[in-house]
Amino acid sequence: MVETGHFALVLAFALSLVQMLVPLVGARAGNQRLMAVGGPVAVTGFALTALSFTALATAYAGSDFSVASVWENSHSLQPLIYKITGTWGNHEGSMLLWVLILTFFGALVAVFGNNLPATLKANVLAVQGMIGAAFFLFILATSNPFIRLNPAPIEGRDLNPILQDLGLAVHPPLLYLGYVGFSICFSFSVAALIEGRIDASWARWVRPWTLVAWMFLTGGIAMGSYWAYYELGWGGFWFWDPVENASFMPWLAGTALLHSAIVMEKRSALKIWTLLLAILTFSLSLLGTFLVRSGVLTSVHAFATDPARGVFILCILTLFIGGSLTLFALRASRLTAGGLFHPISREGALVLNNLFLTTATATVLVGTLYPLALEAITGGKISVGAPFFDLTFGPLMLPLLAIVPFGPLLAWKRGDVLAASQRLMAAFALALAAMLVTGLFIDGASVFAALGVGLAVWLVAGALTDLAVKSGVGSVAPTVMLRRFAGLPRSVFGTTLAHLGLGLTLLGIVGTLSFGTEKILTMRPGETVELSGHTLRFEGLYPQKGPNFTEDRGRFLLISEGNADGEITSAKRFYPVRQTVTTESGIRTLGLSQLYLSLGDAGNDGSVVVRLWWKPLVTLIWGGGLVMMAGAAMSLADRRLRVGAPSRRRKPAAAAVSASPT
Amino acid sequence: MSKRLSLSSLVLLLALVFAGAAQAVKPDEVLPDPALEARARALSEGLRCMVCQNQSIDESDADLARDLRILVRQRLVAGDSDQQVMDYIVSRYGEFVLLQPRFSLRNALLWGTPALLLLAGGIFIVLSARSRRPASDSSTLSAEEQVALDKMLRD
Repeated sequence: MVETGHFALVLAFALSLVQMLVPLVGARAGNQRLMAVGGPVAVTGFALTALSFTALATAYAGSDFSVASVWENSHSLQPLIYKITGTWGNHEGSMLLWVLILTFFGALVAVFGNNLPATLKANVLAVQGMIGAAFFLFILATSNPFIRLNPAPIEGRDLNPILQDLGLAVHPPLLYLGYVGFSICFSFSVAALIEGRIDASWARWVRPWTLVAWMFLTGGIAMGSYWAYYELGWGGFWFWDPVENASFMPWLAGTALLHSAIVMEKRSALKIWTLLLAILTFSLSLLGTFLVRSGVLTSVHAFATDPARGVFILCILTLFIGGSLTLFALRASRLTAGGLFHPISREGALVLNNLFLTTATATVLVGTLYPLALEAITGGKISVGAPFFDLTFGPLMLPLLAIVPFGPLLAWKRGDVLAASQRLMAAFALALAAMLVTGLFIDGASVFAALGVGLAVWLVAGALTDLAVKSGVGSVAPTVMLRRFAGLPRSVFGTTLAHLGLGLTLLGIVGTLSFGTEKILTMRPGETVELSGHTLRFEGLYPQKGPNFTEDRGRFLLISEGNADGEITSAKRFYPVRQTVTTESGIRTLGLSQLYLSLGDAGNDGSVVVRLWWKPLVTLIWGGGLVMMAGAAMSLADRRLRVGAPSRRRKPAAAAVSASPT
Repeated sequence: MSKRLSLSSLVLLLALVFAGAAQAVKPDEVLPDPALEARARALSEGLRCMVCQNQSIDESDADLARDLRILVRQRLVAGDSDQQVMDYIVSRYGEFVLLQPRFSLRNALLWGTPALLLLAGGIFIVLSARSRRPASDSSTLSAEEQVALDKMLRD
């Protein structure tokens, strides 16, 4: 099976070469038969990659330690679920997952792209083929997961214990679906540049793909954040770590792309900019892959001592980013600029959105790369951490978030800020009230806390206002209103949900950072601790044995109003194979807030160091992410975007125009 | 008790952050004076644990982080101002220890990029809006037509 997988991978590489050359030549020569080769090859390439991936997963599930990658990252005593997720819990396997998703998306274009112009489809598949070829070659040359060991070791070296978690099953696949999903937008952009024109079907295709990729990336980042939150043992949810930034940059650029793609699709303006953004977004995904995969982040020197992988990805990076940007520079002037609009209009608002989002992206990029560049050039070492981003990224977000509610309420082409402001009066009053209540009535609330709460309420209320206005609340009879509400295009609900989710996430962040409380103490069995109105009694430490670890589990009784209200447990785990200690935090969700507990070192007398946090509204941080995902899903369900039904496009679009305020 | 992860296991985006699962401040480090302790915590959040991946000493349970935390508290108890504590630590460990880089010439590009880009982008948008509006408002003549018109008027 392993050799089959290896062989399938080589075949998939060969097919990707065919996919990148034949349709491209066909499109240039206008040869239908050559162009038609792309589709079946893409589908077959995906099937072969899937076979290869399955082979590796089977080796992992069956603990086949004759495979080097399995030996290094698995253990026979691991629970089956972690054996399987361990497939992508290492460099080689995760790169295989990367190309699996890449070929999957390519196959989707091949299968569902019949309504695309033949040359566009051929070119898109060819570009997908180029990306595939580069990464297949990377895997085969530097990161082959199928290398055998002879003689085969008896036992494996275990998966990194902190990866032995359900988070590994969800986080990387979601993240990669997002990362790699943007490759389709990239391929469409490069294909458009190769052809030298952007037609209507281009716009119709790029937006749903952006939505899909953005949805998964949002989920992947949110999931990763929650995973870090509970696994790390001190309840932080975002660290501005370079590796996190690597996923955050494509998200920011992708969010900008999402918005400019709307302008392009509805008003065929901002075409060239959207195309450039699509290229940049995927370039940032590639950069993220480089940063995480090359080891350059640990130190410039570590990268220099084992440069094979890093240099390879750097070449891929240069080739694709440099190549596509050169193509852009050469061809962009040939593309026709789109429709005109007044600065105060929905287009104008979206341009402003793009300005702030791209600047924010660049800020994160500079903050991530500056220390690397500085060390490489001058040898000087500096750190760029959370305080830097608080001071630069934060101020960029404030104006952006403040204008979010205006966007959907402005009309296309020429909007009326005054009318939009009037409609937002209620939301504004609500936000102001929330701000005052927070500032005046909550103990210890800072100015920033009050502002943050106000801004979050402004976002939520503003999003709902849009929905209310579009269904005619206050101006038409309730029955008409209900009918209008039901008849609104799904994309309107999508916008509302996405903006609402953003507000919820902000509320969660502000709530946790501003009103969270913390206690660090040493506890003996029977002692109680009180934090923000919650009382916990320490019952004692109980040693336990897991399949591949031992742990000391501390049990705490939550006491509410004098009565026992369930237990919270937290453990210190020891994984003998890797000689690693992990902290399993104890979390109790109460409403939207959480009580978070983690164990420190144990004393000889049965005492233990306990860290206890009260994290108000913290679940909203990720809940908001889920709501954003739901918004993207809702938008995708819009009839207008349903691929294959372009002829039905007119009617809902017209309805949207009539429903929007003028 | 080194908890550094081997680099080959650097798989996930978050794996780096996990390096040295944090335990942070220990009860015996906490200062009796809450105001002083609060200052110590605030300072700790801005200091890097030098042996960790991008963690502040407030979050890390590495021995070096603990030493630094205690050092910060010692200086505070001795009566140093926040700035004096930071300066003292930078003098011993270098600028690398600061999670917020200094506003220096060397870091000008780092701090300046956001503002510069916002400004440049804003100017670009305004200019491109200006340059396109007259063309649509006044006339729809192409360059060739304009030349032809000028020629006619001159004749």
